[in-house]
Amino acid sequence: MTSMSSGIQLTPEMAKIVRNQKMQDFLFHKVTFFFASLVLIVLAGILVSLVMTSWPALKEFGPGFFFSSEWDVVNQKFGGLTSIYGTLVTATLALVIAVPLSFGIAVFLTEMCPNWLRRPLGTAVELLAAVPSIIYGMFGLFVFAPLFATYVQPFLTDTIGQVPVIGALFQGAPNGIGLLCAALILAFMVVPFITSVMRDVFEIVPPVLKESAYGIGCTTWEVVTRIVLPYTQAGVVGGVMLGLGRALGETMAVTFVIGNAHRIRASLFSPGSSIASTLANEFGEAEPGLHYASLFALGLALFIITFIVLSAAKWMLVRMEKQKGTKS
Amino acid sequence: MDIGIYNRRKRTNKIGLTLSMVAMTLGMIVLLWILFILFSKGFAALSGNFFTQSTPAAGSDGGGLANAIVGSLMMVVSCTLISTPIGVLAGIFMAEYGDRSRIAGITRFVTDIMLSAPSIVIGLFVYAILVAQVKHFSGWAGTMALSLLAVPVILKTTENMLRLVPGTLREAAYALGTPKWKVSFSVILRAAKSGVMTGILLAVARVSGETAPLLFTALNNQFFSTDMNKPMANLPVVIYQFALSPYENWVNLAWGGALLITLTVLGLNVLARVFFREKS
Repeated sequence: MTSMSSGIQLTPEMAKIVRNQKMQDFLFHKVTFFFASLVLIVLAGILVSLVMTSWPALKEFGPGFFFSSEWDVVNQKFGGLTSIYGTLVTATLALVIAVPLSFGIAVFLTEMCPNWLRRPLGTAVELLAAVPSIIYGMFGLFVFAPLFATYVQPFLTDTIGQVPVIGALFQGAPNGIGLLCAALILAFMVVPFITSVMRDVFEIVPPVLKESAYGIGCTTWEVVTRIVLPYTQAGVVGGVMLGLGRALGETMAVTFVIGNAHRIRASLFSPGSSIASTLANEFGEAEPGLHYASLFALGLALFIITFIVLSAAKWMLVRMEKQKGTKS
Repeated sequence: MDIGIYNRRKRTNKIGLTLSMVAMTLGMIVLLWILFILFSKGFAALSGNFFTQSTPAAGSDGGGLANAIVGSLMMVVSCTLISTPIGVLAGIFMAEYGDRSRIAGITRFVTDIMLSAPSIVIGLFVYAILVAQVKHFSGWAGTMALSLLAVPVILKTTENMLRLVPGTLREAAYALGTPKWKVSFSVILRAAKSGVMTGILLAVARVSGETAPLLFTALNNQFFSTDMNKPMANLPVVIYQFALSPYENWVNLAWGGALLITLTVLGLNVLARVFFREKS
């Protein structure tokens, strides 16, 4: 210590203080580092514990578990396909509905909305994203599903249901609850998420670009589709993937309205099940053994699917940020 | 000038913008519809007994949600007490040491994913490592599951807020010979206080509405209990079970509970916004 300073002689007390502070900083670094790495430990823990608990099922059924549609608690035969199918179908449909809606809302908020309305409407969208998902579930079960069964489903059967090939999707008993209803409720739920990401990325488009386009006589719509969208492509896709991640893993909003049946039917009106709804419904009464292990295997599948989707979303959004750094 | 092209462009523009407006209106209608249903059904269920009596047994009349409200409060408060120090310290690491550390980069990525990871899987995880080992559901297991959801939120906002503190403030403190830990706690964290509070409030808001992770951890308890080592009643799970029940008074209580958590969550969100705006 004493030798490094430029001619100043450190007294023993000063040297002690310096040593103490170095020690404290060292500890501070290590302690904060430990807490930060806790996140990684938890992630590893989740993967390891899910694989370990689902091992009996994976060993018994092999990779075929994920491709078999048999889910028979009595005879202890389990396959995850029905739940995986339900998860993918509801999430995909929800996005097909939610993406255009979110795009419209984001365009309205960034390009058309009068200034005094911009803030309150933006806040409303963000608050909508905070509403607990169980509320969407209850709303779906008690209010939306009955109306859906009485008015919308018969109408769909009479119109699109008559078209060859895709008509089969819209036929069957109008019960209200089922895959299509779950997808609609999910769509209501993810619209706020996707909208707020889209709005954020739309706002980083440099005004110069938009003004130049307006200057050469572009209409608002042309500015949005030819300037804003291409510029924010990666961010928009990232936002959509984020919504997809949410929709795949959503439990409560889906469990209330999907019908919880382990079968795959052509019709979107028929009840089905998603991974999350199967877990919420059956975990409580599962006996230790194959049923239990199979439920964990479903959880593992869900975690891996969402992990991949969310990683892709994150990657897209990071790319967007980099672009923002270099171009603006 | 080709008048045809001009008209077509004007038409496309009009159609596109009208559709955007329709989307916005639809979104607002759904929002107002949900809130209207929630308020009309929820307020009908609020009565004097709602806050004083425990959940009724199947088939019996009356009852309230006192045990569930207390259980939820206890779990959310202990979750906040546990996850705040972890999240803030981890956030300090990411902001102050994060630039030169590979681990920090990976942690940042993983945190972003954990923010949207399916909460039901977190429930499964806590079930496997805690509930299955001690062989009973407990309030502590619920607290742990909620903390796992809250830490990423607090970590992320803390990091972002600390990064907003101007570097000159850090340099001024270092120039006085202040050790790094003191700079972090007494200068930077203090400067970013309101932002960090915002993160904590948002985490509490997120956690108080979560149902799925509690299903496998805290489960439910029909009776009034403040023992965190036993299964614990909590609003979201009670709402879930009561809403799907055939008894009319249970369904009513579920609506009342739904109104209560929505108001809490929205209130916390608004508070977080006010907090953030005040200072920055």
